[in-house]
Amino acid sequence: MKLLGKYVDKGMQGNVTLMPEESEDMWHAYNLIAEGDSVRSTTIRKVQNETATGSSTSSRVRTTLTIAVESIDFDTQACVLRLKGRNIEENQYVKMGAYHTLDLELNRKFELRKPEWDTIALERIEMACDPTQSADVAAVVMQEGLAHVCLITASMTLVRSKIEVSIPRKRKGSVQQHEKGLAKFYEQVMQSILRHVNFDVVKCVLIASPGFVRDQFYDYMFQQAVKMDYKILLDNKSKFMLVHASSGFKHSLKEVLQDPAVLAKMSDTKAAGEVKALEQFYMLLQCEPAKAFYGKKHVLQAAESQAIETLLISDNLFRCQDVNLRKEYVNLVESVRDAGGEVKIFSSMHISGEQLAQLTGIAALLRFPMPELEDSDDDDDEEGAAGGADSDSD
Amino acid sequence: MSRHRIVRTMDYNDEYDGYDDIYGHSVEDEHCISPTDAQQWLYDRARGQQSISAFISKNKDIQEEEDDEDEDAAFEKARRDSESFQMPQLDEIEQAKLSSCVDEVRSVVGDAVSERRIVETSMKFEYDMQKILDEILNEETKSAKPAASRIKVPAAPVLPKSSSKTAPTPPPKINLKEPRRGFEIASPKVPSSPVVSGRNTPVDIGGDDISRSSASLFKVSKEQALRNARQLYEKERADQKSHIHMIVIGHVDAGKSTLMGHLLYDTGNVSQRVMHKHEQESKKLGKQSFMYAWVLDETGEERARGITMDVGQSRIETKTKIVTLLDAPGHKDFIPNMISGATQADVALLVVDATRGEFESGFELGGQTREHAILVRSLGVNQLGVIINKLDTVGWSQERFTEIVTKLKSFLKQAGFKESDVSFTPCSGLTGENLTKNAQESALTSWYSGPHLLDVIENFKIPERAIDRPLRMSVSDIYKGTGSGFCISGRVETGVLCLNDKVLVGASREQAQVKSLTMNEFPQTSVFAGDQVSVTLPALDINNVTVGCIISDPQTPIPVTTRFQARIIVFNVKVPITMGFPVLLHHQSLIEPAVVCKLTALIHKSTGEVVKKKPRCLGNNSCALVELETSRPICIERYADFKELGRVMLRVAGVTIAAGMVTKIR
Repeated sequence: MKLLGKYVDKGMQGNVTLMPEESEDMWHAYNLIAEGDSVRSTTIRKVQNETATGSSTSSRVRTTLTIAVESIDFDTQACVLRLKGRNIEENQYVKMGAYHTLDLELNRKFELRKPEWDTIALERIEMACDPTQSADVAAVVMQEGLAHVCLITASMTLVRSKIEVSIPRKRKGSVQQHEKGLAKFYEQVMQSILRHVNFDVVKCVLIASPGFVRDQFYDYMFQQAVKMDYKILLDNKSKFMLVHASSGFKHSLKEVLQDPAVLAKMSDTKAAGEVKALEQFYMLLQCEPAKAFYGKKHVLQAAESQAIETLLISDNLFRCQDVNLRKEYVNLVESVRDAGGEVKIFSSMHISGEQLAQLTGIAALLRFPMPELEDSDDDDDEEGAAGGADSDSD
Repeated sequence: MSRHRIVRTMDYNDEYDGYDDIYGHSVEDEHCISPTDAQQWLYDRARGQQSISAFISKNKDIQEEEDDEDEDAAFEKARRDSESFQMPQLDEIEQAKLSSCVDEVRSVVGDAVSERRIVETSMKFEYDMQKILDEILNEETKSAKPAASRIKVPAAPVLPKSSSKTAPTPPPKINLKEPRRGFEIASPKVPSSPVVSGRNTPVDIGGDDISRSSASLFKVSKEQALRNARQLYEKERADQKSHIHMIVIGHVDAGKSTLMGHLLYDTGNVSQRVMHKHEQESKKLGKQSFMYAWVLDETGEERARGITMDVGQSRIETKTKIVTLLDAPGHKDFIPNMISGATQADVALLVVDATRGEFESGFELGGQTREHAILVRSLGVNQLGVIINKLDTVGWSQERFTEIVTKLKSFLKQAGFKESDVSFTPCSGLTGENLTKNAQESALTSWYSGPHLLDVIENFKIPERAIDRPLRMSVSDIYKGTGSGFCISGRVETGVLCLNDKVLVGASREQAQVKSLTMNEFPQTSVFAGDQVSVTLPALDINNVTVGCIISDPQTPIPVTTRFQARIIVFNVKVPITMGFPVLLHHQSLIEPAVVCKLTALIHKSTGEVVKKKPRCLGNNSCALVELETSRPICIERYADFKELGRVMLRVAGVTIAAGMVTKIR
């Protein structure tokens, strides 16, 4: 993302001009834009002209429109952001108040005006414009008969393809069927890697599985690569890395990212950092349950006593439509920071973020034990669950 | 309109849309339906209402069938009683208390007492275990005598069992949820009872009931509907040896495959020629000690690496039994395979390496001796034969043997095995000592004179098979058969399956007809609960069948859900279980990602009291009620309904974190 211009006045009102450069930036834009903001961007609009005689012609016009955003749609697979809203600046083609849906495009600037910019949003811009943050890793988690080919970017984990093949079990006298099924499965996974992994961008490709599946697959892939002359695989052989995982399901990516060998290679990426932070929370919950809390009510109470050392919060909470609720979370983050605590905003597109979103979306590691929180009854669970629920729609 | 339309399956609503306006005549002209058909298929409220109300008013106090029939009927009644009995409406805590109480009682009295009886008694004594048990057990002993003398009591006037048209309505007390095999199914009037139809009467029925009442929509042949499973079983299997499935478990490199391979060789199931081939080939690779293991480890990968990866299957015959051997992989990464094998097993053989250091490493925390034993126990295996293998490496020392036995005994007791169901046998898989013949080695015979391995297998008791229940079969493998279509192999958990039966497959409930049935490569006409079979289902979409799905009876299809409640026991976990915890759910052969979406209550392990409502997290060795949600719909049964299909395992990152029983299905 490129920041082209920024004007925010003292009342935190203002506008920002941004240019998305890669698909990941759409994710940032999705997190920035809230309902009620106004967005100005160039777009294509079908315009109908009626002549004096009554015949009408329609033509497609590229024009610049400003809309007040009413609904936001984000397609995670294609990384496309669509904003629907009413036109608030009339021009020669489009009347005031007419509905239009803006498709934000790569390499086209857009201007975003918010009635109030908060620290979370400003931070998000900073993060999005930081080029060092981008580090792409491809990961294949597999087991016999199941594989997920994923792309891990700084703030997103995208499942590019899921391969499910039923492989016949070994049985007396017909081992060939099993081996044939396995070969077919490997072939599909390899094709999927060739199709979905862009080796120009990707730093390394992790192949993770239980048992010997990864070794078998690795051997198969390079045998085929030599046979069929897949240059791209042979040239990038050094980028492949074999890691252990307990299963081929998506959430075993978490294990992969915790592997010391992987950590060494992709240290300080957001994905790995988040996994580590969540793991820390769970460890603390096990060892000193009075120092780890989750759920809005408990965390707010802990924040009141300035007890929070690390706050884990999922970014889907900031995407909520209720302005007051969002403000509440922003205030919480600010108060924790003021008290010298650390705040980790999890991307709900990562595996760990998904888990945090399910865990009410908010959790805290405390400086000192607060057993009194534990005793207070937890009626807010329902509320917290509801907060976690809207992450599912993403 | 063409004559070649399949009128029966047509969606009439679509067809009629706008149809009348164009042609201006009514539909009846086009599609005639005979009055008898109409009677059969159309719901006639008056008729149903009348018959049932007449029935109720006339027969205020119906004698239960049990009184006028023989023991068979009494059994039927007891069964129905516990199956179709609806739990009283209680709030969550009460429910939890009750369910744990019922389980507790069950563990003492077994299945002899109906669920209703237990529930009623528990409520009466407010979940006080001592009193409940006293009451129930006293009642049992009292009723035992009169039951015997009751057999000859003459038939009472009301005989709802007759097939005449006037009285096929069962006593109103009985919920139609679980239609009895016999008379009910054949009559197309099933939906006419206002209790289940729910078309005009807004009767409140839970989701479970809906799914079950929709059962009657699937039509089956009369023959299939009227079948008496028990009779058929006795007719078909009377002269055969009984089948039993045995899984061999243990730590990696304990010698499971070698032991089984040697056993197969000694019992004459592997020819001399094949064995010689294995010997030569393994010698070439410099791994001669693997020659017996190769009998079961057939894939190239398994042989090259020298470990079992997937469950190997084989069969031996003893004097009284046909035993299917399931050779489980011992390596940690292949536990999912081992679980799917263990779900098919009735009994287990735990192989322990007696070599110094080896036993200890397998038995330590994280070793598979421990995990496997706990796993098979929670999967419902309760008979265990412990084989102390490789005892020749320590010179058949009795000291070592007793040392291992004492250690294992205390552990197995903790894991929930009864002492009487566990046996310990020393042997050597490689040399073949004490396998099929009594011990020869003087070092061993000096202190051991117990049974050899084959005797141990021979001594396993055959568990009771639920043949009378509706059909449930879990799919463990899908492969291409020799003929057309593909084969589905798996284990029949309950009920009976015959050639040309109609069945429902998986969560999509696709209908299919059984084209061929084979068991151990031999074609069969009918198979029964406990059998390991291959079924050919033609014209079935292969995408609808996955490993782990359940094949069920069309009349009582299995509930399909994405969310259910389970009572779990948490094992040793590194991190506590919280809300939103992603786990892998193992159910039969199915492995499905799931999320713990709600922690309902923390339960006291032994008394079943609710310790804490809505706990924040579940730590080590706790027991709790939780709700689980899967991403895809799965077939699952309540533990109370089908023991075999109501068990689940939760695993995370290659470690089993909890085992549970399904208590409620959403």
